[in-house]
Amino acid sequence: MTAFRLAEGGRIDRARALEFSFDGRKFQGLQGDTLASALLANDCFLVGRSFKYHRPRGVMSAGVEETNALVAVGEGGRLDTNSRATMVELYSGLVARSLNRWPSLGLDLGAINGWFAPLLVAGFYYKTFMWPRRLWQSLYEPLIRRAAGIGAAPTQPDPDRYDKVHRHCDVLIVGGGRSGRAAASEAAAAGKRVVLCDEGDPGAIAKVEVLARTTVFGYYDDNFLCAVESDARRQKRLWHFRAKEVVLATGAHERPLVFGGNDKPGVMLAGAVETYLRRYAVAPGKRAVVFTNNDSGHERARAFREFGIEVAAVIDSREGTVITRTLGGRRVTGVEVGGSRIACDLVAMAGGFSPVVHLYSQAQGKLRWDEKKLCFVPDGCRQAVRVVGRANGEFPDHRIAPLWEVEEDKAFVDFASDVVARDVHLAAREGFSSVEHFKRYTTTGMAADQGKTSNINALAILAGATGRGIAETGTTTFRAPYTPVSYGVLAGRDLGDFLEPIRVTPMHDWHAAHGAAFENVGQWKRPWYYGREMHDAVQAEARSVRKSLGVLDASTLGKIDIQGRDAARFLDRIYTGTFSTLAVGRARYGLMCREDGMVFDDGVTARLGENHFHMTTTTGGAARVLDWLEEYLQTEWPELEVYCASVTEQWATIAVAGPKAGELMAELAPGMEDLPFMTCRDGRVAGIEARVFRISFTGELSFEINVPSDQGLALWQAVIAAGARHGITPYGTETMHLLRAEKGFIIVSQETDGTVTPYDLGLDWAVAKNKDFIGRRSLTRPDTRREDRKQLVGLLPADPREVLPEGAQITEVEVALPRGHGSKPVPMLGHVTSSYLSPNLGRSFALALLRSGRSRRGAELYVPLEGRAAKVRVVEPVFIK
Amino acid sequence: MLILRCPWCGPRDETEFRCGGEAHIARPSDPQALDDAAWAEYIFIRNNPKGWFRERWVHSAGCRRWFNAERHTVTHEIRRTYKPGEP
Repeated sequence: MTAFRLAEGGRIDRARALEFSFDGRKFQGLQGDTLASALLANDCFLVGRSFKYHRPRGVMSAGVEETNALVAVGEGGRLDTNSRATMVELYSGLVARSLNRWPSLGLDLGAINGWFAPLLVAGFYYKTFMWPRRLWQSLYEPLIRRAAGIGAAPTQPDPDRYDKVHRHCDVLIVGGGRSGRAAASEAAAAGKRVVLCDEGDPGAIAKVEVLARTTVFGYYDDNFLCAVESDARRQKRLWHFRAKEVVLATGAHERPLVFGGNDKPGVMLAGAVETYLRRYAVAPGKRAVVFTNNDSGHERARAFREFGIEVAAVIDSREGTVITRTLGGRRVTGVEVGGSRIACDLVAMAGGFSPVVHLYSQAQGKLRWDEKKLCFVPDGCRQAVRVVGRANGEFPDHRIAPLWEVEEDKAFVDFASDVVARDVHLAAREGFSSVEHFKRYTTTGMAADQGKTSNINALAILAGATGRGIAETGTTTFRAPYTPVSYGVLAGRDLGDFLEPIRVTPMHDWHAAHGAAFENVGQWKRPWYYGREMHDAVQAEARSVRKSLGVLDASTLGKIDIQGRDAARFLDRIYTGTFSTLAVGRARYGLMCREDGMVFDDGVTARLGENHFHMTTTTGGAARVLDWLEEYLQTEWPELEVYCASVTEQWATIAVAGPKAGELMAELAPGMEDLPFMTCRDGRVAGIEARVFRISFTGELSFEINVPSDQGLALWQAVIAAGARHGITPYGTETMHLLRAEKGFIIVSQETDGTVTPYDLGLDWAVAKNKDFIGRRSLTRPDTRREDRKQLVGLLPADPREVLPEGAQITEVEVALPRGHGSKPVPMLGHVTSSYLSPNLGRSFALALLRSGRSRRGAELYVPLEGRAAKVRVVEPVFIK
Repeated sequence: MLILRCPWCGPRDETEFRCGGEAHIARPSDPQALDDAAWAEYIFIRNNPKGWFRERWVHSAGCRRWFNAERHTVTHEIRRTYKPGEP
């Protein structure tokens, strides 16, 4: 027994014992302990295995900079992997496990990696496992991942609910130490609204909102900062701050020293040892050796003696002596100084201090290397921020002389990533002299601790190895988050049904009650098909529309009301076709292109009056199109008097389609049945005020009846009732897609992907030749005129039961999908965009985009599939005339 | 997260806005009169300076109006925002 609880002192409640478990073993700690202090008090030193070499590791620090004592806390969905034992407040029933060991912490077979250490040097990924290449995916990667993983992600959903808080304040203070508290009191006395965040519990401050257990992890533009607040049982919430002024009182982290075996359990930061003594009344050893390159080491030694720890020696590098290496296996038993050995069970490293400038740097503050203090200090920031106390490099009377490394084996620089000093030298020799390249090549500072203790040592050694100063070498970029943040905290309540708005039509409940399966189209829920089984449902629905009568809820279609003196002129510029010549009461199909000539959206637009149009858009494109119209009106053509308003949700739209649609209309709205194709008329349908469009997306006789939303369900029910004698069948989007594909009608974003022109789709007839419109000039660019562009074609599989997968590629040669690596490349000619089994054709068919498609009509091509190729014939993209 | 000053609504969070790229690039009044290179220049080529940059923004979750901003692409400082048509 070498570590123990002191008889008195500490900010702990000795009357309140707390049971907890670590790796299945039961322990007892005290109220006020962290997991780390409780483990130390129980003489449990070995708390983890290192990342690469699986070396035994123990608690090194007493704070957020901990790189060794990473543990998994909690169970099931509440598992929090990669927690720092030094930051986990102890509570009754806490369950923690060590990481990166197999089968157990004491006996870790992965430690065998240590024997192969010469293979695992900097850049070992790139060097060792590049050849043979085919073994990468199958052998090397899985092996490395298992060997190197730190902790496992929870496999169950997180049962907790997380909230977010927004707070505006005059002054936000980060850090509740002496400087932070002083700044808070001063600002509060000046009548300012002050918030102070601290990782621990700094206690109350008059007129200041103090957030304990709150880590500010990100500092963004315009004094926007984010923090995670945790309660004693690790329930968390996210804070968003917008502060007029920020005060960073984030303190400094002590640096370890780099010497042989500096990573063994029992080697700790000197300041951490003092913290365990003072705050937790835990002595992490009985006989200590202090290793220092500055004055603080001697002060620590005095403090240790005060608490009854024997200090065997203070090794001060400024006096010409250094520890070359430590002795012992799973626990330090002594040190080697020059030729002699000193027995000890604790080594305290005092390597100087690095101001915690992470947030300052995230805020785009500049840093300056201070040659006297040997650290980076804040040096100017555009944002309204002040840095105070030790974070600002204020260490009174602190004399330090550089000692960046003691050249020795196993001298660790980055404990969490298992980077040793020799890796730094190797990287420098291999030319990774830029600090950003060096970091990525050696993975220094890239583990969960993000280099809090390792960065400066690594930089300094790199600077030395490349013969430059530290200022010249520079530092890597500090990025948010300062400490890891759980996904659940960031997601908050924006999960599942609350991820984004769910939009439903007025007839939604009817669809649900009649067995509809729903499809997500943007935020909308649309009936996909009605029934249990998609294939049968779609075949029946599609047959019914062609043979007698079907009804579709088309309410989700985007609708934009366009009015104003220049409305017609405006639409002429927006659409590829001409709308100024459209007679009142008539409708026309319109295509929109972007300025690069690629199809952007489509829909039918009707002229309701001289200066009044009703535009329809795709369901998913409605918002995008309105944005587009407004942008051009405001920025390019402000002289046009045009007003656009979204009316998508004001109208419910019901499409009735099929040979019997006329009879149905005659019954519900006498006279309407004779409405000519591509016209619209206002009137009453089933007694409800309606606007009826005689247009068709199925190729059948079809009416799209628009009624005010609140009348949608009533009209739907009236249509269903009146259609009963024609065997009216409600159909969903799948059948709609099938029916329009039989006619060769495109769906924007299914047949198009932002690289398709109207000409590629064979829609030349919808493009006016004699007026300007957005995208017109691009249609005569050399690239859009190429003969070998991908063009819309139909495909008929040789096997009429073969339904090609959408997205499948098309080739000239008969070839199956490649398996694994190394197969010969085959030119891809295009891909299948839509594919169905049609009850009306009695066979399968598809639409596709095919290189030089129009000139390939009649050709036989192949669609590579799993283990075989499907033969297809290229045909005109119209299957039902 | 930036604060942008909408010329109509005042200062608002960046999440209410959408950026529309470089400002002050007028659509040619007669696109057909341009040769291919000049047209390609208009649709595809934009400046990407390190420093002050004039760009378009739209207050999409607010008044839905477009405006221009002078933003520093390194520091993200926004020197001013102004209405379309203003110099």
